[in-house]
Amino acid sequence: MDTQAKIKETVSNNPVVLYMKGNPKFPQCGFSNLATQILDACQAQYVAVDVLQDQAIREGIKQYANWPTIPQLYVNGEFVGGSDIMRAMYESGELQTMLSAAK
Amino acid sequence: MLSATQLEGYITQGLPCDYIKVLGDDGTHFEAIIVSPAFEGKRMVQQHQLVYAALGDRMRAEIHALSMKTFTPQQWREVSAK
Repeated sequence: MDTQAKIKETVSNNPVVLYMKGNPKFPQCGFSNLATQILDACQAQYVAVDVLQDQAIREGIKQYANWPTIPQLYVNGEFVGGSDIMRAMYESGELQTMLSAAK
Repeated sequence: MLSATQLEGYITQGLPCDYIKVLGDDGTHFEAIIVSPAFEGKRMVQQHQLVYAALGDRMRAEIHALSMKTFTPQQWREVSAK
């Protein structure tokens, strides 16, 4: 399976997916850390994909959503945004609504 | 090393901005406030994608992180008035 198909399968088969650097216990970047903290604050169940473990995914995820940075959040297969957008949506309450509907 | 001022220049070359302020002095991590009429009617994801599109390959090669707050001129007037 090529990388784009693999990403599509991951985000389609899991309601909430976070592509990040490191893992939720040991984030390797401040922005990825912020993203996990926001998801935890929403009490969201999510699948974390560590892009540092797979160079093809690390590059492929940037093309998948035409978004050049990591972290990236996907809900029900749709790209939601990076950590700035997650923070803004969390502050407005929109993210909590979206995540509870995705469970 | 890339400066915040250079980055402002790169963004405004590709995107009409009413106001822009970029901060950051380590050459790879930046924070920006960007006000553009091109953001009208777009969701935040699409607004950020416009900025990334303006930066093109520089986003992959030179910039590790760009934290953004994007506003339409109307939103910016409301925020500035507070």
